[in-house]
Amino acid sequence: MSAAVDLAGSAEAPGYRARRTLPLRVEAVRQLRRRRTLLMGGVLAVLPFVLIIAFAIGGTPDSRGGGSDRITLMDTATASAANFAATCLFVSAGFLLVVPVALFCGDTVASEASWSSLRYLLAAPVPRARLLWSKLVVALGFSLAAMVLLPLVALAAGAVAYGWGPLELPTGGALAASAAVPRLALVVAFVFVSQLVTAGLAFWLSTKTDAPLGAVGGAVGLTIVGNVLDAVTALGSWREFLPAHWQFAWADALQPGIEWGGMVKGAAISVTYALILFAFAFRGFSRKDIVS
Amino acid sequence: METPLVRTPRWRRLLPRRRGRWAAGLAALAVLAGAGTWNAVADDGGPAVHRQDRMMKADGVSIDTSYFTAGDTGRRPAVLIGHGFGGSKDDVRAQAEQLARAGYAVLTWSARGFGKSGGDIGLNDPDREVKDVSRLIDWLADRPEVRLDAEGDPRVGITGASYGGAVSLLAAGYDKRVDAVAPQITYWNLADALFPDAVFKKLWAGIFVTTGGGCQKFEKRLCEMYERVAVSGEPDAAARALLTERSPSAVADRIEVPALIVQGQSDSLFPLGQADAMAKAISGNGAPVAVDWIAGGHDGGNPETDRVQRRIGDWFDRHLKDDKGADTGPGFRVTRTGGIDSTDGATLVRGASSDTYPGLDNGTQDIELGRRTQTFRNPAGAGPPAISAVPGVGGGLAQLSSLGVGLSVDFPGQYARFDSAPLDEPLNITGSPAVRVAVGAKRGDAVLFGKVYDVSPDGKQQLLPSQLVAPFRITPDQQGKPVRLTLPAIDHRFDAGHRLRLVLSATDLGYASPAEPTTYTVTPAGPLTVPTAAALRTAPATMPWWTWGLPAAAVVIAALLLLTARRRTATPAPDPALADVPLQITGLAKKYGKSTDRYAVKELSFRVEKGQVLGLLGPNGAGKTTTLRMLMGLITPDDGEIRVFGQAIRPGATVLSRVGSFVEGAGFLPHLSGRANLELYWQATGRPAEDAYLEEALEIAGLGDALARAVRTYSQGMRQRLAIAQAMLGLPDLLILDEPTNGLDPPQIREMRDVMIRYAAGGRTVIVSSHLLSEVEQSCTHLVVMDRGRLVQAGPVAEITGSGDMLLVTTAQEVAEPLVEKIAALAGIGSAARTDDGLGLLVRLDGATPAGLISELVRLDVPLTGVGPHRRLEDAFLTLISGGSA
Repeated sequence: MSAAVDLAGSAEAPGYRARRTLPLRVEAVRQLRRRRTLLMGGVLAVLPFVLIIAFAIGGTPDSRGGGSDRITLMDTATASAANFAATCLFVSAGFLLVVPVALFCGDTVASEASWSSLRYLLAAPVPRARLLWSKLVVALGFSLAAMVLLPLVALAAGAVAYGWGPLELPTGGALAASAAVPRLALVVAFVFVSQLVTAGLAFWLSTKTDAPLGAVGGAVGLTIVGNVLDAVTALGSWREFLPAHWQFAWADALQPGIEWGGMVKGAAISVTYALILFAFAFRGFSRKDIVS
Repeated sequence: METPLVRTPRWRRLLPRRRGRWAAGLAALAVLAGAGTWNAVADDGGPAVHRQDRMMKADGVSIDTSYFTAGDTGRRPAVLIGHGFGGSKDDVRAQAEQLARAGYAVLTWSARGFGKSGGDIGLNDPDREVKDVSRLIDWLADRPEVRLDAEGDPRVGITGASYGGAVSLLAAGYDKRVDAVAPQITYWNLADALFPDAVFKKLWAGIFVTTGGGCQKFEKRLCEMYERVAVSGEPDAAARALLTERSPSAVADRIEVPALIVQGQSDSLFPLGQADAMAKAISGNGAPVAVDWIAGGHDGGNPETDRVQRRIGDWFDRHLKDDKGADTGPGFRVTRTGGIDSTDGATLVRGASSDTYPGLDNGTQDIELGRRTQTFRNPAGAGPPAISAVPGVGGGLAQLSSLGVGLSVDFPGQYARFDSAPLDEPLNITGSPAVRVAVGAKRGDAVLFGKVYDVSPDGKQQLLPSQLVAPFRITPDQQGKPVRLTLPAIDHRFDAGHRLRLVLSATDLGYASPAEPTTYTVTPAGPLTVPTAAALRTAPATMPWWTWGLPAAAVVIAALLLLTARRRTATPAPDPALADVPLQITGLAKKYGKSTDRYAVKELSFRVEKGQVLGLLGPNGAGKTTTLRMLMGLITPDDGEIRVFGQAIRPGATVLSRVGSFVEGAGFLPHLSGRANLELYWQATGRPAEDAYLEEALEIAGLGDALARAVRTYSQGMRQRLAIAQAMLGLPDLLILDEPTNGLDPPQIREMRDVMIRYAAGGRTVIVSSHLLSEVEQSCTHLVVMDRGRLVQAGPVAEITGSGDMLLVTTAQEVAEPLVEKIAALAGIGSAARTDDGLGLLVRLDGATPAGLISELVRLDVPLTGVGPHRRLEDAFLTLISGGSA
């Protein structure tokens, strides 16, 4: 033990700056090596290969001559790498991509509470708003990474399996591969923005409970409730205010001319809910008694 | 040719509707009774609409009419609504009710040969159908609620789709009393529509006649003409003349009223060229004209009914009601189809507009197609035919083409094709492309079908905008030299990289073409000239207000939520007088949860000075941990104040960076190693790595190789030691350890004791909470004893334990009170008191030695069983807390 530095009356320890606490990099490292992170990444990275195997076993979708009138991305899944990536997004956007968002955002504060590490961070002291901010940014960053990972792996795997070619649109026509990749990026961007509402819900629940599964499950559960409500056509135009109503609006980016309407509306709804939920999270957490 | 007001298959419209039958039955009764019947039609959209069904006689033919009014009895303009071919007045009832509610007297009727009206179909014969309209206007002029321009001249407008649109134009031409028209998807010259360039549009003509109820329903001359042309496959001059004289074009110079011309882009029956001729003639007469190209048409329904009817309402408001404020819209508007709304599968449309109607050849550009001569066959029997528009398929094909999928077939060897180079930039064609070609035929007329495809960059897909094709008949005397071919008018965007492909085909499913086999040669004599109507501006997609309103509202709500979360009380200023005092707690109180009177901590005040090792003692539930949590800023006190080095404690108070803490067990990330946990914790504080003294802390933890293992593999004691090491990171000026020896084995407990003493010896301060009294007794300099949330006693350990000169004297029997007083009075004895059980004495020495006391006690015959320096901390503690609770 070295001699104590005389700091009488100083408001803080030398070198302490509230704004430098819990840097994003540190929070990312803290979260990165968790099993759930690695597992989620693994699932998303493996999914394209599972689909490739499925198509290999079941035959390519267009060779089966389906009886459905609806033209879906499934029918063109094996046309090219871009088609395959779009199909991967199509099959996962409804639920699979909800899970990482709910997981990363719902688990982030609640798990610290359940490990008791939260109180040590707060006593370090990491200001509460700063802690939430770092955690939110990292959780959203991980969510985005998960969403980018899937189409990237799908593009790479699809390029090997089906070749690098134009994106054949389900509504007809085709997009050159060079034009298709920005479209896929737009799709990912919209899926991400549309999941902000899930992120907001999960994050808010995360600050409310010490049980990580409760926050994740709650967010996923309410997403399912939203889907159920959206299926109630009797609600009419009220459904436009359900985030779930717009979850497939990204398909508008895969038309010959991009239709922005659905995506703009969906993004507006999602951002609206998310902003309020995030604000509730910050507000609640800033005055909460930490007893975990 | 029926009203495309509702997108139902056309054949279903031929069946009478139940409501129509009912209304017609009523009307028949009314005629018998010689009076009209009034029906009140209530609707939640406005005032009740009254409907009066009435059979009127015109030249001995009964005409079935419905008259709609709503609201007050004041005079108002009238509107006549005609129906489509094959339909009846019932088809336009919804629009009639809507206009009635908007303040018009609306009259609908079933034209001759349709619905319940009598007579033959005369294809809007000026002497029959058009005269009927004049009779209806006469009738309107007698209505008391209809506004008049002059005696017998009501203020009246006419609208209608297709057949009803043509009669509006014709009535405006033949009856000067008509004040405004709004024809929709109709013809200007029926001969041009059915016999374009002298080629018989056989499929549509056949459907047309069938829809009318078969040839026998038509006026005899018309039926004969149709059968003659249909058999020969080639229209003759008489046929042309017959249709032309019954077409609006026959009175082109007399239609001088404001006209809103609505034409369908997916209309192979009455293509945009018909509307173009209409607009040119009427505006040439000096009347205001607006042209609206809607999505749909006879091939594609009317997906825009609501908008079109609103616009017609506005048009009449302006030109019948003289409402100067009514916005009649742009001079030219075209609906452009975008993609599909993924949420409901509806086709998305938006408008492009310009102030004036540009015509079909505005702002032309030349697209080179090559000049190579191509030769192809006209197959014998003209089959199999190429396929473009298929009438009767309804919205399907044309709508698909707007989405980039189209069904169009050209058979190899039966067409010539000329491709442009890929476009450098997107090209929007609005109007009719045209090209000059020299055409040759081995014998007879050459009949060609021209179309311009949009070809995808890879060349695999071609789509035919609106599925439209234009027929051309090139007679032998025109052959061999360049003729100008005007292709179908379209509004279509060709994307960059796409090609334009001109196809001239020998056959088309929709048309009659020569059955004689022959060979055609085609040589372009110039580029393809394409109109671009550059003044057209696409309206930005309109988004509902909430697409920006809701996020903006959310920003405001979020800001309010965050701002109101701020504590009202400002953080108190630092107290310089306390700058050297590691901890001062004043009047601290905290209630449990939401209860009003159950206190976890109440009225707690104490002070810790520099260099002290303070023991916070109390049984379980005494409020020690709650106090420490408040000290760490984790929970907010209900009352009182905590100051650390003079700084008030708030959640996240920066002075906490001078405090190291270990409270209620370890808190680590289980998946990381012990070392990584400590490193990351230090990095999370944001302080320089060299200030951490990580190695010293790890030495205290004494975990050795286990540091590299994930924390989840640690025992409780290992976690405990690691947590204490974490608390010591950065050598905080105030170290708080809550039950630090739990889970440690005796040698580690001793070591921990030494660590704390050494730590405080360096001028730092340590607060240890414990219920293990022996622990506190041996390591602390000062004590704070708590019980049930309150401070029981605070002070130096020695003061509380009585500095060791208390002796406990145990006796065999009870000591009498006088004896106790006697003992207390002895020299060198501070005090003496009986213990609670009476079998002992507590004696405080005040100068006397224990040996002296024993000899005195023996002398006084006290039945001694033992004497010891008792009164240890534990007793003191128990005494204190029992006294405190008394």
